[in-house]
Amino acid sequence: MREITFSQATLEAMDEEMSRDERVFVMGEDIARQGGIFGQFKGLPEKFGYDRVKDTPITETAIIGAAVGAALAGMRPVADMHFADFMGVCMDEIFNQMAKIRYMFGGQTTVPVVVRAPDGLVNQAAAQHSQSIEAWFLHIPGLKVVTPSNPADAKGLLKSAIRDDNPVIYFENKVLFKQKGPVPEGEHLVPIGKANVVQEGKDVTIVSYSIMLHTAFKAAEILEKDGIRAEVIDLRTISPIDKDTILESVAKTKRLAVGHEAVKIGGVGAEIAAIVAEEGLDYLDAPILRFGAPYTPVPFSPPLEKAYMIRPEDIAEGIKRMF
Amino acid sequence: MGVKGHEKREVTALTKIDKDLLNDFYKTMVKIRFFEENIEKYFLAGEIPGFVHLYIGEEAVATGVCANLTRDDYIQSTHRGHGHTIAKGADVNRMMAEIFGKKTGHCKGKGGSMHIADFSVGMLGANGVVGGGYTLATGAALAIKMQKKDNVAVVFFGDGASNRGTFHEAANMAAAWKLPVIFVCENNEWASTTPYKTTTSVADIADRAVGYGMPGVIVDGNDVFAVYDAAKEAVERARQGGGPTLLEAKTYRIKGHFVGDPEMYRTREEVQERFDKNDPIKRFEKRVMDENLMSRNELDQIKEQVKKSIEEAVEYAKNSPYPDPEELFDDLYV
Repeated sequence: MREITFSQATLEAMDEEMSRDERVFVMGEDIARQGGIFGQFKGLPEKFGYDRVKDTPITETAIIGAAVGAALAGMRPVADMHFADFMGVCMDEIFNQMAKIRYMFGGQTTVPVVVRAPDGLVNQAAAQHSQSIEAWFLHIPGLKVVTPSNPADAKGLLKSAIRDDNPVIYFENKVLFKQKGPVPEGEHLVPIGKANVVQEGKDVTIVSYSIMLHTAFKAAEILEKDGIRAEVIDLRTISPIDKDTILESVAKTKRLAVGHEAVKIGGVGAEIAAIVAEEGLDYLDAPILRFGAPYTPVPFSPPLEKAYMIRPEDIAEGIKRMF
Repeated sequence: MGVKGHEKREVTALTKIDKDLLNDFYKTMVKIRFFEENIEKYFLAGEIPGFVHLYIGEEAVATGVCANLTRDDYIQSTHRGHGHTIAKGADVNRMMAEIFGKKTGHCKGKGGSMHIADFSVGMLGANGVVGGGYTLATGAALAIKMQKKDNVAVVFFGDGASNRGTFHEAANMAAAWKLPVIFVCENNEWASTTPYKTTTSVADIADRAVGYGMPGVIVDGNDVFAVYDAAKEAVERARQGGGPTLLEAKTYRIKGHFVGDPEMYRTREEVQERFDKNDPIKRFEKRVMDENLMSRNELDQIKEQVKKSIEEAVEYAKNSPYPDPEELFDDLYV
């Protein structure tokens, strides 16, 4: 299979969906003339015009609000947030409007909006340009949240998100944009809400997603040398969480570790740990392990940023102590 | 176009207004009034749950604006939204049922007074968040423009809401992209329990239009003819691709911020005086009778008819079932 980058995979998804459905359009800051900070929109305005690939004023509030309003009036907008960190600016539009409109109006309408949100640590971008905030949105009924970890899923999940009649937050990791991988040409849909068992194992289940999945993989390689075979699950979607896949795996391996780049406290790992504690406690032979960032804002200076990151060795060492 | 400062609208001549429109004006205004009086009554009787905010005294704004709209035009409303919803043509039985929390309501009892919507008539929702509607209306207008239609989107808001950043962000976007939005400020002088003059940088909200390069128009919000006329011009401009307008309707909130508000911040006398002098329904009646356009008898007939329809709506709501607990999870996702 041909290999393309994560960024090219998202571009391909946009191209295919905009060609397939004229109601799909995209708007955000610096996406048309600049092509997006990560090049993830390059070439789209030339093909679809500056009306369907719109540079907006610097106003996350009006970008999301207008995306929601346009969806209510029959369009299928994709709204780009520049950096996920800026979603704080438009939280009312996300959680009081976009997420609730279908439910509180008794199902009279659908709100097919995709919010694209580049997240995660990159090049010492520091406190306000580096966060992973996906857990906030897990707490909001009415939203779906996806977190692809590789180019093929980036394409398949973005296409599924655009076709979904519910609002979907699409977190795309900034470091992953340059990562290359095999991506199917043409129609390729990854279902929202379904986790992927990317490596089968029998001794421990490691659940992760987005960039941390790669760290989890490296940890699994270290463990392999010590004779521990980890089952690695790529969650792909963090809302709704595919708890069946997790519980099934834990029933087999008897051990669970969860890792994400976001702050550990109140993170997605906490929810997964709670699900397994509630519904699969009897499976467990060891306490659940969670890996996540320390409870601080993201620091700037390189040694501090490095100290903030979870390393494969951290996960491997922790898991070894489970035996 | 008057973008250097706001424009004040003068009293309209009635010669251009036809009889059907006069009937509609009256019918809609009294429908809103009776609806609200019943809401107050049944809320105080403990039969309506939640919070309700009444529109009494402001009926001419929704009526005059919405008379210029078709079913395919959109409106965004507020927590004080019953009047807008009625004026846009929503079925009052289902409205009343919604406010009573019943299954037969527009939102199947999931929304209530503050979150009512009727998409079948282009009423895209009341909003429990003050200032939550501007950006949504702007987006609906963006869709209209992209779909090459000649519809418009109207967003109603109060003087208090005009201090939200959302107003400025939406106004800029709507004006920069020449979107068919009409920003209708209902200046009822009260931002919840605070006089707007103590918290607002301008006396006339319409002055803010200048900063966005759109026309700002002030109109007597208790004169349905003047509102109709000013809105007509704004709606026509928007339909023809001329972009947004900020229309400020000067009115006054007769009831408390919510039903049950002890209103410690003003006197009964003050309110009564304003209402006696400036009730939009009485002003309408006086004018059409003075100018021999409608008779007392005609007015009374309409009034009786409307009163009956609202009483029926109350009966419908009372006799409707509550939602089943199993419906809790319905309509969360498609």
